[in-house]
Amino acid sequence: MKLLRPSLFFTAALLVVCCALYPAAVTLAARALAPDGATGSLLRTGDTVRGSRLLGQTFAHPEAHPEYFWGRLSAASVDPATGFTVSGGTNRGPMHPALLDDARARLAALRATGVTGAVPVDLVTASASGLDPHISPAAARVQIARVARARGLSVGTITDLVDAHTERPFAGLLGEDRVNVLVLNLALDALR
Amino acid sequence: MSPRLLALTVAFFAALALLAVPLGRHLARTFEAPLRPWERRVLTLAGVDPDRPHTWRDYALAALAFTLVTHVTTYALLRLQGALPGHATGLRAVPAWLAFNTATSFATNTDWQSYAGESTAGDLAQTVALTSQNFFSAAVGLCVAIALLRGLSRRETDALGNFWLDLVRAHLFVLVPGSAVLAVFLASRGVVQTLDGPAVWRTLDGAVQSVPRGLVASQEAIKMLGTNGGGFYNANSAHPWENPDALTNLAEMLAIFALPAALCVTLGEYVKNRRHGAAVFAAMTLLALAGVCALGHFEHQGNPLLAALGVDVTAGNLEGKELRFGVDASSLFATVTTDASCGAVNAMHDSFMPLGGLVPMLNIQLGEVVFGGVGSGLYGALVYVVLAVFLAGLMVGRTPEYLGRKIDRRDVRLAALYVLVPAFTILVGAAVAVVTDAGRAGVLNTGAATVNAPWGAHPHGLSEVLYAYSSAAGNNGSAFAGLTAFSAARPVFYSLTLGVAMFVGRLPLMVLALALAGSMARKKQTPPGIGSLPVEGPLFVALLVGVIVVVGALTFFPALSLGPIVEHLQLTAAGGAR
Repeated sequence: MKLLRPSLFFTAALLVVCCALYPAAVTLAARALAPDGATGSLLRTGDTVRGSRLLGQTFAHPEAHPEYFWGRLSAASVDPATGFTVSGGTNRGPMHPALLDDARARLAALRATGVTGAVPVDLVTASASGLDPHISPAAARVQIARVARARGLSVGTITDLVDAHTERPFAGLLGEDRVNVLVLNLALDALR
Repeated sequence: MSPRLLALTVAFFAALALLAVPLGRHLARTFEAPLRPWERRVLTLAGVDPDRPHTWRDYALAALAFTLVTHVTTYALLRLQGALPGHATGLRAVPAWLAFNTATSFATNTDWQSYAGESTAGDLAQTVALTSQNFFSAAVGLCVAIALLRGLSRRETDALGNFWLDLVRAHLFVLVPGSAVLAVFLASRGVVQTLDGPAVWRTLDGAVQSVPRGLVASQEAIKMLGTNGGGFYNANSAHPWENPDALTNLAEMLAIFALPAALCVTLGEYVKNRRHGAAVFAAMTLLALAGVCALGHFEHQGNPLLAALGVDVTAGNLEGKELRFGVDASSLFATVTTDASCGAVNAMHDSFMPLGGLVPMLNIQLGEVVFGGVGSGLYGALVYVVLAVFLAGLMVGRTPEYLGRKIDRRDVRLAALYVLVPAFTILVGAAVAVVTDAGRAGVLNTGAATVNAPWGAHPHGLSEVLYAYSSAAGNNGSAFAGLTAFSAARPVFYSLTLGVAMFVGRLPLMVLALALAGSMARKKQTPPGIGSLPVEGPLFVALLVGVIVVVGALTFFPALSLGPIVEHLQLTAAGGAR
C-alpha cells in the first residue's frame, strides 16, 4: 500500500506532462514552423486535394491507365469499419509462391505494353508501407514509351519530364535516386 | 558492403559518438544532482520520504509497482476506447486479449503490435494509452541502469538512490525535452502532427482514399528515443508519414541508439574510468558493424527466383522495402532497431533474404545488449561484463574482480540466471507454438502451395515463430509480421504466450540487475592484483565480444539452422535449378 500512493501520483502527474503538455507544445510548434508538413504535405489542384506528396496511389487496374506511370505493387488495404487505408507490406518471404505470382502478373502487364528486356525489381515487388510514393528512374524509363503513346506526346517530352522529376540522394549519400510517381502524373496532366 | 552503405554507416557511427559523449555526461549530472527544493516538495506530496534512500529491494518494488499500475491504466484506456471520446467513427473497444497483449507490450518497452494502428487505435488511445508507456517504460529502464551504476560506484552501502526521484528526472530532464526537439524536426520534414482528422481525397483512379492523421510526430519521437518501436501506423517507420525521407530516417536511427550509447559514457563517468565506458562502447560498435555488413551483403544479393523471371535484381531485394531508403538505409535501420530493443521497422523483416533475416533475429537473441534498450541495454551489457571478468578469472585461476570488487558466487549466479531466463523463454515458447495448432495457424509463409492452405512445414514458417518469441522475450517488438498473432478466431494463444514472454523478459531481469547492483554496492574495495582483467583496452573488448557471441551462438545456432539457414540452402538450390 505504501507504494500505491506514489505509483498513482506519478502516473497521473506524468500523464499530464507526457500526454497533454508535451504533445500540445509539439503541435503548436509544428503548426507554427511546418504547417504543410504537419498536416500531411497535401497536393492540391486549385482547392481540390489530390493526395499527399509523400503517399503513393495505386490503380485497381493499371492496364486500364496506360497514360499514367505505375508505381510499386501495394499490400495496403481498406479497413471496412473506418474506411481508413491500412498500410503494410506483403510479409512474403523470398520463396513465397504469391510473391512470384504477383511479379509474373506485373511483368505480363508490362510486356503487353511492349516492354522488353529485364524489368527493374522495384516495379514487380511490393513496398513495406504499401504507400511508397517512389519508383526508380529505371522503372520510370521502361514506361516512357507507353505513356508517350497513350498521350500522343513525344518520347522526348516525357523523358524530359521524368528527368526533371528525378530526385537525387541527400548530400549524395542519404537515400536513393527516385521519381515521385504521383507528382509526375499530376505534372503529366498539367501538360495538357 | 556497397560503398554507399559503408559511407552511411561511417557517418552514422561518427554522429553517434559525437552525440553520445555530451549526452552521457548530461545523464550522469542529471541523476547525481543534489535534491532541489521543488523535487523535495513533489516527493513529499506523493508520500515519498525524500531523505530515505532505497535499498535494491525498495528500488525494485517501486519500479515494479509503477510498471504494474501503468500497465493497468493502459489496459483500461484501450478497453474503454468505445466509451471515451477522441476516436474516429468505426473504432471500438480494443478486444480483451488484444488489449492485454498490447498493454503488456508497451509497459515492458517491447511494443510488439498484434494490431494495425489505423484500424484499432484512435487519437486518445495513441496519444495517451500508448505514448504514455513509451515514456514510462523507457524511464523505468533508465532508472534501473542508473541504480546499477550507483551500485558499481559506491562502497559498503545499501543506498541506491530514490526510484521516484530518478523517474521524475528521467522524464523532465531527458526524455521529454529530447523528444520535443526530435518531434519538431520530424514534423518539419513531413511527419504528421495534427488533430484535424483523416485526410481524404479522390485518387487518380477515382477511388476515395482516407488516411488517418494524429499526433504522430510527438509519438514517433519518443518511440525512437525510448527504444519502444510501436508505430502509429501499421507499417511503422516505413509509412511515409512516420518517416518521410532519408534525413528523418537518419535522425530516427540516431535517436534509437542515442541513450543506449550515451549510457556507455555515463558508465565511464560513474566508475571514474572513461576508458572502461569507451571499451564497452567499442565492443557494442563492433557487434553492430558486423550486423550491418552481413545484412547489407545478403539484401544486396537480390532474389534469384525473381531474376529467373526476367527481373533486373541489381538493386537488391526490394520486396518489403521503401525505395527512398533502398537496401542500404533499410539494412542499417534493421540492424540498429534490433541491436537496440527498439523494434521500429522501416522495412519488412519477414521479406528479407533468408540470411538477411537471420541477422535481426540473432541481434535480438544476443540478449539486446548491443547498445540495447534504454537502460536495459546497459544493465544487460554489464551482466555480460561480469561474465567476461568471471571467465577471465577462471582462465588464470584467480578470484575474479571487477572495478575493485570481488565477483563472488552470488554475482555469477545472478548473471547466469539473467542470460538463461530469456533464452529458455524463447526456445520453449517457439517449440510450443510449432507443435500446437493454435501456434501454427498464425504462420503466413508455409510450405503449402497457396497462402490459405493449412500449415505445411517450411523453414520460413519456423523463422516467423522463432522471431516472435525472440522479439517478445528480448522486449524488441519487431516481427516477421506475416505471423498473425491476433485474430477474432484465435485471440488467445499468441496474445497470452507472447505477453508472458514479454513480462518474463522484462521484470525478472530488472530485478536481477538490481540485485546485482545491491550486491556490488555492499562490497569492500579490493586492490587490483596481477590476476585482475583490465576493463579497458582491446583485450577486454575482444573478451566481451567473444562472450556475447559465444553465449548467443551456442544457444540459438541449432534453432537458426533449421530456419533461415535451411531456407537459404533451399533458395540457392531453387534459384540455381531454374
